[in-house]
Amino acid sequence: MKKRRSASWITLAAALISLTALLPLAFIVWAAIQTGRGTVVALIFRPRVGELLVNTMLLVVVTVPIAIVLSVALAWLTERSDLPGNRWWSWLSVAPLAIPAFVHSYAWISFVPGLHGLWAGVLVSVIAYFPFLYLPIAAALRRLDPALEDAAAALGLDPWRVFARVVLPQLRLAICGGSLLVGLHLLAEYGLYVFIRFDTFTTAIVDQFQSTFNGPAANMLAAVLVVCCLFLLALEVTIRGEERYARVGSGAARKQQRARLGRAALPCLLLPAGVALLSLGVPFVTISRWLLAGGTEVWRWDEIGLALGQTLFLAIAGAVLATVAAMPMAWISIRAPGPLQRLLESCNYIVGALPGVVIALALVTITVRVALPLYQTLFTILFGYALMFLPRALISLRASIAQAPVELERAASSLGRPPVKALWSTTIRLSAPGAAAGMAMVALGITNELTATQMLAPNGTRTLAMAFWSYSGEIDYASAAPYALIMVAMSLPMTWWLYIQSKRMAGR
Amino acid sequence: MKIALSTLAGAALALGLTAGSAMAKDQGIVVYNAQHESLAKEWAAGFTKETGIKVTLRNGGDSDFSNQIVAEGAASPADVFLTENSPAMALVEAAGLFAPVDADTLAQVPQEYQPSTGKWVGVAARSTVFAYNKAKLKEDQLPKSLLDLADPSWKGRWAASPSGADFQAIVSALLELKGEAATADWLKAMKENFTAYKGNSTVMKAVNAGEIDGGVIYHYYYFGDQAKTGENSGNVGLHYFKNQDPGAFVSVSGGGVLASSKHPKEAQAFLKWVTGKGGQDVLKTGTSYEYAIGKDAQSNPKLVPLTDLQAPKVDPAMLNSKKVIDLMTQAGLL
Repeated sequence: MKKRRSASWITLAAALISLTALLPLAFIVWAAIQTGRGTVVALIFRPRVGELLVNTMLLVVVTVPIAIVLSVALAWLTERSDLPGNRWWSWLSVAPLAIPAFVHSYAWISFVPGLHGLWAGVLVSVIAYFPFLYLPIAAALRRLDPALEDAAAALGLDPWRVFARVVLPQLRLAICGGSLLVGLHLLAEYGLYVFIRFDTFTTAIVDQFQSTFNGPAANMLAAVLVVCCLFLLALEVTIRGEERYARVGSGAARKQQRARLGRAALPCLLLPAGVALLSLGVPFVTISRWLLAGGTEVWRWDEIGLALGQTLFLAIAGAVLATVAAMPMAWISIRAPGPLQRLLESCNYIVGALPGVVIALALVTITVRVALPLYQTLFTILFGYALMFLPRALISLRASIAQAPVELERAASSLGRPPVKALWSTTIRLSAPGAAAGMAMVALGITNELTATQMLAPNGTRTLAMAFWSYSGEIDYASAAPYALIMVAMSLPMTWWLYIQSKRMAGR
Repeated sequence: MKIALSTLAGAALALGLTAGSAMAKDQGIVVYNAQHESLAKEWAAGFTKETGIKVTLRNGGDSDFSNQIVAEGAASPADVFLTENSPAMALVEAAGLFAPVDADTLAQVPQEYQPSTGKWVGVAARSTVFAYNKAKLKEDQLPKSLLDLADPSWKGRWAASPSGADFQAIVSALLELKGEAATADWLKAMKENFTAYKGNSTVMKAVNAGEIDGGVIYHYYYFGDQAKTGENSGNVGLHYFKNQDPGAFVSVSGGGVLASSKHPKEAQAFLKWVTGKGGQDVLKTGTSYEYAIGKDAQSNPKLVPLTDLQAPKVDPAMLNSKKVIDLMTQAGLL
């Protein structure tokens, strides 16, 4: 009896949180209704929106396949071949994640000043986001059962065919998931594309926001962007399919043999080396160059200290809030899964897929119209972060709650603990590592967040990303460099941890 | 290792909490600042030094702040609003959200640099220029008028930052001087001819690098860069349209006190200081290179004197930012 009551409380909490998470979507619908049919049609079906749609679609359609090919090649070389120093190359293929996308772009624009347009966008996007694909593909490659490949080879397929018909299909889930993540980032990113003058929906929404604050044109662009995001989500579900890839049969999989590259090793080394040069070398050289050019003058410590402190505070507070908010849903998804729960859970993921600019636009308008005491407060910005990054916390928490035995909860209840206390002293404690991991992921996201922070921040706030953006906007690249360096330094440990986790998941 | 980690986490938390409490403590007067951050910082520091009144800046752009203030209405946390251009001030004024400016503040500024209504006041000014690459354009190839840039011969040869309030202010002057039909046509031709950049500094950088022949920006970007290293302006020449051309428009940066201000006395004092000797001297000696407009104030001697610019006569209170955004949205520029 007791247990059921606690479960229903948690369900209620989870349902409430998921419904609040839908606020931005509800806002878009409300804005469309408010604007009126004639204006909506005029604002959506105009040539400018067509241009933006073409730009954004081309960006996704060109970038994602290139990133897939690159990541598969890198993952195969580092995981399945005897490439010299493959552990190093594997870490170097993940490390670009520690550099915020707009810092990548800043590095490239100082390196090649005239860089602009679609191909520049593709280049920098691939460099900034390919690790999102590399990580899952490398992990999947590591876990493959070599017996299948042996069987195919024994039946007479040459190595290329084995790769195409046996290995590649088994990577499908990793490729789909990674591509979705890359695609959503392409739709949401702002700073990267401003530097190289490539207009997407997100940059156009910010332009409109800067011209009209919360005018209907911005809201309608946001509506189209939301449709694009939902389309990507649906596309991924369709392509992913329902095939099984699990190994059946008794015993453990044999250890994989690494392919011998022999004389091909040297040319093969060019690929990871070239990628590392573009994705790590260029930012490293540019930041160092600007730091040298700026000298000690650009290290304005009072300003930097304040920005660092505020960034840390927002990151930590936002991470705690997101994790606490994710707790009920994570618990239910393991202990009491069901159709209703799955529906509620998917609400969180959908909102997490929305660009920060859309969520910020919704929260600004809602607070200024109906919840004025919350307007420009710490609460609202943390709430916005929680909405944006809840899925990161949810995924980590779920994994570790699944590992906490339910029997402990029951034992604690039967020993007389009230429901919440029973949970606290068992499952919640056991899920601490997952919670910490989730918090780190959320904190990483908040540290590098720009658009929503600018729109929602309380008066007097200046985060590292905001300071970086403000200096680079005035072409004072030297003064922006220390902020870029600090953001990278803060992100590196979390990226390293992510890398270690992905190795561990594969059992090594 | 564990101890080191938790110490580190503790230190981070402590630093964060200090910063967090700093975010919540008394902020003095809140200024919604659309002016260049460096200039506003100098003004705020000078004012605080002289009066002891604390100033908190929220930085943004003209148009987002003006619309934001209108959306916030009487509940706006802002005490003072500073802009780079007049249309944003006119928008807030039209919503009836400004308190009248103190008479002695108005008396410090000549008539032509304040709106006819006295609801806000000019704090600085900037001139439209055509910045061009000296290697690519000879002086006789320069456009005679801003309107010439609509000509097909200029296709692909000039740049601007259409999402910025600066350029939108220039368009609002064009609208006020030439009317709606002419402006809409010009914007349509512009969409065909020009290349969009984000920010006037970026336009000048591209002109300097020879990526494009010229661009429509304000004068001070050039002087600011020259005073630093000149690396983004070495090949740049400035062409002033003069002759009362729409392209000779001098844009008045405004300051106003919100009617909803909870510190009206301090806010009025700030505006008085900015338009007075202290604030105007910052314009003359500082790195902003914007024109000083106070009655006895001097601009930086490096600038072409304001009186030589032959700017068209425009009442800053008449500039219509809403209409400009609509026209630019229709032309596909936004």
